[in-house]
Amino acid sequence: MTALLEISGLDVYYGDFQALFGVGLRVAQGQALALVGANGAGKTTLLRTIAGAISPARGTIRYDGEDITTAAAHRRIRRGIALVPEGRRLFPSLTVEENILVGAAAAASAAWPLERIYEIFPLIARRRRHRASQLSGGEQQAVAIGRALAAAPSLLLLDEISLGLAPKVVGELYRTLSSLRESGATLVIVEQDLRRALSACDTVVCLLEGRVALAAAASVGRDEVVAAYFGNGQEKPA
Amino acid sequence: MAPPELEPVRVRRWSLAASATAGSAAVVLAVLAAVPYFIGGPAEQPLIIAFTFIAMATLWNLLAGFSGLTSFGQNAYIGAGAYGLYLVASHGVNPFADIAAAAVISGLVALPVSALLLRLSGGYFAVASLVVAAVFQIAVTLAPSVGGTTGVSVPGLGGYDPVLREALTYWAAMIVAVVCVVGVFLLVRAGFGMDTRAVASDPVAAASLGVRVGRIRLLAYLAAALGTGAVGALIALQTMFIEPTSVFSIQYSVEMLFMVLVGGMGTIEGPIIGALILFALQQTLSQNGAWYLVLVGGVAVAATLTVPRGLWGFVSDRWGWSLFPVGYQVRDRREEA
Amino acid sequence: MTWVNAVIQGVLQGGIYALIACGLSLAFGVMRVVNLAHGDLAVCGAYLALVLSTGLGVPVWYVLPLVLPAAFVVGMGLQVLLLRRALRGGEFATVLVTFGLSVMIENLLLVGATANDRVFNTGAIGVASLHIGSQITLPWLFVAAFLTACGVLSGLQLVLSRTSWGRKVRAIADDIDTARLVGVRVGPLFATVAGIAVATAALAGVFIGAIGNFNPLTGTTMLIFAFEAVVIGGLGSLWGTLVGGIALGVTQVVVGEINQAYAVLAVHLLFLLVLAIRPAGLFPSGQQARVAQVLG
Repeated sequence: MTALLEISGLDVYYGDFQALFGVGLRVAQGQALALVGANGAGKTTLLRTIAGAISPARGTIRYDGEDITTAAAHRRIRRGIALVPEGRRLFPSLTVEENILVGAAAAASAAWPLERIYEIFPLIARRRRHRASQLSGGEQQAVAIGRALAAAPSLLLLDEISLGLAPKVVGELYRTLSSLRESGATLVIVEQDLRRALSACDTVVCLLEGRVALAAAASVGRDEVVAAYFGNGQEKPA
Repeated sequence: MAPPELEPVRVRRWSLAASATAGSAAVVLAVLAAVPYFIGGPAEQPLIIAFTFIAMATLWNLLAGFSGLTSFGQNAYIGAGAYGLYLVASHGVNPFADIAAAAVISGLVALPVSALLLRLSGGYFAVASLVVAAVFQIAVTLAPSVGGTTGVSVPGLGGYDPVLREALTYWAAMIVAVVCVVGVFLLVRAGFGMDTRAVASDPVAAASLGVRVGRIRLLAYLAAALGTGAVGALIALQTMFIEPTSVFSIQYSVEMLFMVLVGGMGTIEGPIIGALILFALQQTLSQNGAWYLVLVGGVAVAATLTVPRGLWGFVSDRWGWSLFPVGYQVRDRREEA
Repeated sequence: MTWVNAVIQGVLQGGIYALIACGLSLAFGVMRVVNLAHGDLAVCGAYLALVLSTGLGVPVWYVLPLVLPAAFVVGMGLQVLLLRRALRGGEFATVLVTFGLSVMIENLLLVGATANDRVFNTGAIGVASLHIGSQITLPWLFVAAFLTACGVLSGLQLVLSRTSWGRKVRAIADDIDTARLVGVRVGPLFATVAGIAVATAALAGVFIGAIGNFNPLTGTTMLIFAFEAVVIGGLGSLWGTLVGGIALGVTQVVVGEINQAYAVLAVHLLFLLVLAIRPAGLFPSGQQARVAQVLG
């Protein structure tokens, strides 16, 4: 299997504070990688760096064979990387449809048509003319994913999509992700819920204080992940 | 794992350089105070201008550099101070003693203004300050009791011998400049400075840390109004005639901007340097003239883009110089062995 | 002039104020920039129109197709060459730079064009009046200005709500970081917004010059009026800006009827009153974050 995304030696700073230390990982085409770790471990930082919102101080990011380490965000979208940001970050004054269209704009002619997005998320189709700020949490998450999908990505990055949502809603979302995978999408999922993460993904990477503490197949088992999660293994996460 | 050993540190607020500065400043001031005795008129006039520049720059820096309040309407208080002087002097009080009264009047006027203005920040605050200045100017031109558009002459000066009058104006200017610099220095040093810099860079974060953002901005604004009012009174004394378009001229604001940007925002030394540079510029070129303002404006723009912390800021960032220390220096004890 | 006449004329004049305000409002909403040279750029537009119209010997309206594109290009150039650099220094630096720019423009105009008041050759429309009934006489100039302003505002509103460009602009105004993240190219959009801001300012400048006169220092007053219209109408709302402009125009004309010397003061006092009582303006948009930012 070819590696669609290949990261090595990534150092990322916020001013003087170093958030990531020599982080590396590989995601093969069609795979789903779970990115886990405690709060502040660097998961969101890593995703945002891959998406192009943050510039790494050192290291390389290779996507589909091309070095994109210094490429601007809009170029990465064109190449096929899309991020569903933590907290959804929809554009509150825009409608559902407009949010999705903005996501599609960057991909120009390659963008997925609105209908396709509404097929994947039928519930938001009914709310297409509503302002994003008027939607429920689950609907907003669906729109956020839809907005990213509109850019026709081959690599979809998802940051904590289950935050603040009821388990049933989260289940629906993951079922959708599952079917996306079946259509060949490659996913990197940041997820607090270890059980879900491990069952939805093929491989798992665990970050601890900015470093990779574990990189293995998801079948490695929850206990080992928990050990890596805390470094010493103390309290158990969810 | 045991916690790392804590190295002994000492926190210093003063330095050798600061003591040297204080000492040489005292000497310089003594020399300057003697100028009327030895040189007289020709030296006094330009020096008065230099003193007003130093005062204006230091005060504008308190506003913009330390408190994040970009006011381009400080000329309102120059005018307020000038007319305040007129009002008090026309009741028979000695004009020179009036400077303090004029400053107070300016400060009082600033109170209601601040209630409105300080609701804004950033660019909107800047434009609103222009509105306030415009309102002051128009209000004055509509009031015949202060001479309307023609202006008034400062009462009570006729009785003075010209040489004495000039000397008194000179000393008054010197005192105002020194009070402004020392006053701002002490304000900024007394914890106010740390807080104001936090307020300037991120009011929301500062507020969340418990910094009383509103109170600091108010204090800075009122202090600046007081000082600028005193400067306005000085200018009135020097020109002996108060006329709306000149005393409310936006040129004052432009010059304040220049001095602080070129000299250095957020430091005490910076505005003084900027004031001296502007003074030199003004003495060699003509003071009034469109080209003068084009140059002043242009240099201010260039300074903002290239040396945002001004000349002194650049120097102090690079080499850590500080003549008027307002911060805290942490020194490793071992360095002092 | 009767009161009804004065009020209507004030409304019409308010349209022009809205026109000069909309560029300021757009620029602030999208780029978080208050360009203190905005009014001076409007005056530059007026001077350019004067030079062209005098040089070609035609009423000023004929040269608008030359002036407006030129203003648009100037706006874009200003953004790309100067303001983008200033923006990196933060809002603070931008305020200082645009003020310095304003000073430079005003004084360069003083040098180049002298302080004399200028008037336009406004052609036939400049002297014609619209008569409604026996009481109301409205100069066609004012009517045309108001209609133009409404047209421009409607056009802008349409473009903002219906086009891809407009969606992206509104997205940036909502959340610039996320906009970048989903692939919106902020740089070119800022440039076009700046271009529109200066072009609308120039158009307003021509109208303001046409209904009265102008000189190099008129820019500051225009900036203040534009700003006041935006604050009174409420941030983030183009139509609110129209209401704000109308409030200014009506106040100015009506008070001017009583005593011309107090007209401008009355406008400023109205602004201060709104600031005191309803700082979010008459039609605050839902953008509480932006309002809060401006209101400290």
